[in-house]
Amino acid sequence: MNQNIIFRTKHFLITVFSCFIFCQLQAQTDLDAIMMNKKQLCTGLMYNHSAWDYYWEGTLKRNNLNLGTVSTQSTMGGVNYGITNKLNVMISAPYVWTKSSAGTLHGSRGLQDVSFFVKWKPVTLSFKQNKISLYLIGGFSTPLTNYQVDYLPLTLGIGSTNIISRGMIDFKHQRFTVTASATYIWRSNVEIDRTSYYDTRPHLTNQVKMPDASQYQLRTGYRGRYLIAEALLTNWTTLGGFDITRNNMPFPSNRMNITTVGGNFKYTLKSYTHLSFLAGANYTVAGRNVGKATAYNAGAFYAFYVNKSTRKNINN
Amino acid sequence: MKKIKWVFSLSICAAAFLISCSKEIIERTENIAALNPTNIDLNAGTWKTILLKRPDTFLVNAPALTNSPAYIAELNEIKGLQQNISSAQKEIIKYWSAGSVLRWNEILRGLVAKYNLPPYQNADDTYPAPSSANPFSYPQFPFSNPPYAARAYAYISAAQYDALVAAWHYKTLYNRVAPYTVDSTVRALVPKSALPAFPSEDAVIGGVTAEMMKLLFPTEIAFIQQKLAEEEEYRIVSGANVRSDVVAGEALGRQVAAVFVARAKADHAGAALGTPQVWINLASSTSALGQVPWISLELPKRPPMLPLFGKVTPFLFDTSTVKMLRPGPPPSTSSDSFNIENQEAYAQIKNPTREQNRIVQYWADGIGTYTPPGHWNAIAAEDFIKQNYSEVRWARNMALLNMTLMDAGIVCWDTKYYYFNPRPTQMIPEVKTLTGIPNFPSYISGHSTFSESAATILGHILPANSSKYEAMSHEAAMSRFISGIHTRLDCDKGLEVGRSVGNYAVRRAMTDGAE
Repeated sequence: MNQNIIFRTKHFLITVFSCFIFCQLQAQTDLDAIMMNKKQLCTGLMYNHSAWDYYWEGTLKRNNLNLGTVSTQSTMGGVNYGITNKLNVMISAPYVWTKSSAGTLHGSRGLQDVSFFVKWKPVTLSFKQNKISLYLIGGFSTPLTNYQVDYLPLTLGIGSTNIISRGMIDFKHQRFTVTASATYIWRSNVEIDRTSYYDTRPHLTNQVKMPDASQYQLRTGYRGRYLIAEALLTNWTTLGGFDITRNNMPFPSNRMNITTVGGNFKYTLKSYTHLSFLAGANYTVAGRNVGKATAYNAGAFYAFYVNKSTRKNINN
Repeated sequence: MKKIKWVFSLSICAAAFLISCSKEIIERTENIAALNPTNIDLNAGTWKTILLKRPDTFLVNAPALTNSPAYIAELNEIKGLQQNISSAQKEIIKYWSAGSVLRWNEILRGLVAKYNLPPYQNADDTYPAPSSANPFSYPQFPFSNPPYAARAYAYISAAQYDALVAAWHYKTLYNRVAPYTVDSTVRALVPKSALPAFPSEDAVIGGVTAEMMKLLFPTEIAFIQQKLAEEEEYRIVSGANVRSDVVAGEALGRQVAAVFVARAKADHAGAALGTPQVWINLASSTSALGQVPWISLELPKRPPMLPLFGKVTPFLFDTSTVKMLRPGPPPSTSSDSFNIENQEAYAQIKNPTREQNRIVQYWADGIGTYTPPGHWNAIAAEDFIKQNYSEVRWARNMALLNMTLMDAGIVCWDTKYYYFNPRPTQMIPEVKTLTGIPNFPSYISGHSTFSESAATILGHILPANSSKYEAMSHEAAMSRFISGIHTRLDCDKGLEVGRSVGNYAVRRAMTDGAE
């Protein structure tokens, strides 16, 4: 029945990759322990809003009257498909728009990055009322347009092509679940529009070396037939990069670290299980060279049962 | 099983991608060849100096003869060093042999970028000013904004040039050849040159630059001193100079620098910041003429950038010429034509294309960068590399360029504060800019003035590139219009003024003995 419930957007991409400072790390299919069944297809649309007044200049928390509130909004469309019960693929892309409430800087808008994930559940162990599953997830994302990346914090994205590898363990006791994941993100160099820049030394090139990043997430909550409610703790750490110097502008290769707490809800209509609704919010509790953002999102998803024989609850 | 294979092959693909995508970046001047001048400009000791009265204003004593015991000991020092050259020394040789004027120019551009950061406000919404008397406390001295940077590039380039003219004078006077020429067992790790080695041109450039930096970037003296030591080590290890070539060169360079430091201390730049009373008067005198005065668009409002920089003494002409070069007034702020100019700027920013954004960012040269004058230094340097100039011609051309840029800055700043004209965003708050908005009046555009002055002198130096420089200058000017920073009139007038300033440099270039 509730197998359609699976689709969750990857705000991950709008958030971390695009954001100077507004990373919010959402529930997503590539980060949760939910699988689509074989030949199931799910499509969805999510809206996301993220905003901050304060940010960390290096480790110094400050505001900037010339930016006021920096907000990033996006709508993301995506498709998720079950090749088998244990192997899913998903693709998505957001349209992003940014603005600042004060100062004179022009906002940006446009298509950001397309991302593609393969999610594999090779191992499941059951004992009594408990179940432990192991997931391996591989992802790839790359800009859909050549948007300018050297325009933080109002850029659409960071512009790197990323290769994402993740391991995840999910523990389930009846309806109670705990999921932990660890991710390594390899990031390609990016190209900026100017021919020279200064990070910790001068560079005579338009190429910027991007540090890789890691991401850890712990999520726990209730996973029922129709309702899923989870609390999330997420940390993104850039493995290298440099701090914004005093009163300087941010730069794509800054050491952007962020820790958020949040909650996610998903509800599938009992009367019409093709359709489900999602909502979530999160709050930045710690950071470095990023905004102290508060974000929320909402969306709706529609599932197609390509093969009716596989209809069953796979929220496991 | 099938799916396992699929995942497996996907990971292989990912791994292959990772391996093929090395993150190594090769920068534009990282691997350039050692400088091997096509013409050593042996007569450069007769070229016209800028501040030095004569090339032998500072005496350099005759060096030891190459058959003297003292000189032979110096050769032995080189031979000893060459027996065991470390990889660090090889790196130093590779770096510095590309050219001394080039490398010091790159170092200076790096410092300008590092220090080009506006101070953060005080708790009471005023702003602290950097202080040369207390350079290490926040805000660090200097704030190397475009006028400051233009002046720094000019003083260093001009001082390098005068010091090298003096050096060339003594090179031909004493005619002491390079160690590898004296003794064939000394290896030449740089291209061999017929130019006399005493005094060392690298040490002259390093010495004069290090001395100027004490004034311009006082918190970086230790860094500069280390760079100088590296350069001097390179000259000796590479067999290009004996130690006495280097010692004499550095001493000459530092003496010549003192002349330029003395000028800099008296050129009125120290007062360019103005005072609160000066800032108020600028606004009130503009209002008294019935014009809308410029106001800072930063929050909190920041005092205008170097309002008295227009009073700094230029290099290429006298102070009265600055007033003569000042263009006529912009349209009255209450006129229709002024409104039309600003509406046109507003129309530009409504739907910027990616190409427009690229142009804006390419030329923005805003905070944390080497500024527009630095950008033109980079453009010039990368073209000069291909010309295989002698060091003295490198210095001469950079001095012409940078005196032009400084004087363009002076005339531009004089004009900006004479009219104190508001920016499009002040007149129409909906004009959101595609890059950061500068904190000084609009009329005339600094980017346009700087760029066209540079394009004019560079087009004279390298006539084959003239149309390229003109196109770049016009693109730089238009980048300020399409970003909403300036009206088209600001840019057009800036180009005109820049060309006039550049022509002064062209006139000097035709009479300095180098052409």
